[in-house]
Amino acid sequence: MSTLTTAKPGVSTDWAQLMKWPLTIALGAAMLYLVFNVYAAGQAMWALGLLTLTCAAFYSYLSNIGFAYRYLFPGLAGMAIFVAFPLLYTMQIGFTNYSSSNLLSFERSSRYLLDQSIPDEATTHSYTVHREGDTLRLALSKADGAGALVTDAFASNFDGANPLRATPQVASQSLGTALSMRDIIANRETLQRVKITLPTGETLNYSGLREFARLTPVWKQNADGSITKTESGESFSPNGTTGFFENAKGDKLQPGYTVGVGFANYSRMINDPDFRAPFFAIFIWTVVFAGLTVIFVTAVGVTLAVLLNWEALRFRTVYRTLLFLPYAVPGFISILVFKGLFNQNFGEINAILDALFGVKPAWFADPLRAKVMLLIVNVWLGFPYIMVLCAGLIKSIPADLYEASAIAGASPLTNFFKITLPLIIKPLSPLLVMVFAFNFNNFVLIALLTDGRPDFLNTKIPAGTNDILVSYTYRIAFKDSGQDFGLAAAISTVMFFMVAAMSIWNLRLASKEINRGSGSGK
Amino acid sequence: MAIVTGKKNRWRVWAAHAFLIALIAITIFPLLAVISISLRPGNFSTGSLIPSEISFEHWKLALGIGYMGADGKWVAPPFPVLLWLWNSIKIASISAILILAISTTAAYAFARLKFRFKAPILNGMLLLQMFPAVLTLVAIYAIFETIGNHIPWLGIESHGGVILAYLGGIATHVWTIKGYFETIPTEIEENAKVDGATHWQAFYRVLLPMAIPILMVVFVLAFIGTIIEYPVASILLREEPNLTLAVGSKYFLQDQKYLWGDFAAAAVLSGLPITLVFLFAQRWIVSGLTAGGVKG
Repeated sequence: MSTLTTAKPGVSTDWAQLMKWPLTIALGAAMLYLVFNVYAAGQAMWALGLLTLTCAAFYSYLSNIGFAYRYLFPGLAGMAIFVAFPLLYTMQIGFTNYSSSNLLSFERSSRYLLDQSIPDEATTHSYTVHREGDTLRLALSKADGAGALVTDAFASNFDGANPLRATPQVASQSLGTALSMRDIIANRETLQRVKITLPTGETLNYSGLREFARLTPVWKQNADGSITKTESGESFSPNGTTGFFENAKGDKLQPGYTVGVGFANYSRMINDPDFRAPFFAIFIWTVVFAGLTVIFVTAVGVTLAVLLNWEALRFRTVYRTLLFLPYAVPGFISILVFKGLFNQNFGEINAILDALFGVKPAWFADPLRAKVMLLIVNVWLGFPYIMVLCAGLIKSIPADLYEASAIAGASPLTNFFKITLPLIIKPLSPLLVMVFAFNFNNFVLIALLTDGRPDFLNTKIPAGTNDILVSYTYRIAFKDSGQDFGLAAAISTVMFFMVAAMSIWNLRLASKEINRGSGSGK
Repeated sequence: MAIVTGKKNRWRVWAAHAFLIALIAITIFPLLAVISISLRPGNFSTGSLIPSEISFEHWKLALGIGYMGADGKWVAPPFPVLLWLWNSIKIASISAILILAISTTAAYAFARLKFRFKAPILNGMLLLQMFPAVLTLVAIYAIFETIGNHIPWLGIESHGGVILAYLGGIATHVWTIKGYFETIPTEIEENAKVDGATHWQAFYRVLLPMAIPILMVVFVLAFIGTIIEYPVASILLREEPNLTLAVGSKYFLQDQKYLWGDFAAAAVLSGLPITLVFLFAQRWIVSGLTAGGVKG
């Protein structure tokens, strides 16, 4: 900070020096306020994390010890918060039952139940709303017609701070016409804030568009943490393994809360037959999809790179630019374009196939055809990358090797298999592992092209025949398969280990390559 | 290559040309088809690549202008394409600037400054980058839900939140910039320091102006990387006016509401600028490809 300000001696420096401490203190106070707010909201761990981060930031920028960290801090913080922390957090969620039915924390779930209330029949008054200038007034009457009451007037933006007094209606008092139901609905938010004190001292609350009544809580909290239904005396106690309030019979109250479930999500992957069958089918398809993509993409890419390196060929630059196009078009657009082109009835591809061969395959309805389509599209998207990579690698092969083989009278195929391929396969292999890893997690292609459909017909949780692991996880977490974040996080954790294995494999291949390169350089 | 060419070679050249032209035809067919479809009237028409009847109805809708249909009914644009494009450009520009700022400073520290755990930190960053964000969507969703409870403009359904989420993906950019910094001789900065410049001034006034080419490349890479990002944006943004183009485009092609022609126009409109930027930056991107960046 101070290093910033010594640039121009004179006025600006003084001004900046003067502002440094007030600004620092203001920033620190703002961060502490935020930390306090987070802590007050009952999220102690989050508050602690935020506090640590704030302290680290102030330490980096105010002390001289962490000088290099002034430059590093934003980048490191960004990676720590949005890459490293989500990884750990996902692993943690994988050990809980966090899902749409167990979304809240224990405190918020019990608060929700304890806030529930029912209107007391004996005190129920029906009401009409009357407008007088800018103010509103309620007229209350009981079902038997006895004891009509009128409340104090209140503004239409009344904040409900103090209860309104209700007094018996005087015969001479005219209230004007009552509001229509539509106007009552328009004023509903104000009415919900209104509390009325009766002459008897009872307090009435809003209990609907037609009635005010005394509200009694449905649940009563007991000292041991269980809650009892006021009406029936039935008791529900929190169950720490399922994350629900349960009675003796095992009936559950909604909403549940998030609890740790140990390895339950993991054991489902192996032990639950309903889940295991589609899960393994999806896993196999994921590997097959990524593997076949790498094979096809490499075959097409290497062939093109070799051809485009052939000096006898003219217009190579034009060819190369046109072949590079699939890589330049944004993926989400080209995938959706293919979704339209492959449409069974009015897609261009079926129009051509129909004209040539008289067939109109149902690309999206048949599992196998959908898989073929995914591979075709993925090869279209992926080959330019390999082509460009190989072009660079082939250029670095010494020309005298080909001259020697030409003297020996070798054919182009011999050249390719005896010289080109052996020389490019080693530097290429770590990159092919990366391509495999990328397609292993190629969520965008599946999500935009088929969404994993068609689904398996016989599964409890919907699963798609051409879902890959990552799109299946997305579906479990965010779509029609129950919003089971815990299970999705557990699958993600398994995938972390697969990605880590692929990364290590890639690094080992790459370091071998470097060693070989430096060895031959001597 | 000094190789004698014979008759055999000549037909090989012709065969290679034929093969390449056939492959290029397959490769660019989808791109030409989508342009042709955007100009055909109606959402279900098939026909030749050169449309027999040109209609700009889909283009009008893509540009947010309605038109009077043949049956006398007013056709309103189905989706706010221009708004989505604006959202995308806004998010991508701000993210790219911030990504550039934090990766440049980090790269400077790695290239020039001495500090403990330098190699482990850099390797750790590169290793972390191997785990794609799509694997941690559940955690990212939970994190932004919590942030949104306290700071609404950084939570779910906010563009601030999406931008914040993109700030983690900097390791490859740090690596690229660091490599470039290392090609610049340190003497220039040291001279500046001898003349009384501080670290920050040596960095900001001496090193950065010399590194402008690589900064532009990284900006373009970060811009393209965020404008085409789908998974994170799709969980953080759900409501129609908030969507980015990458998230919104798929709603054109739903089974119950299939707007093929309208999609084609929107796709050309939004895809063309990004493609041109990419082709323009191709030279530098290609040289960065070997560093292991796979585009989505």
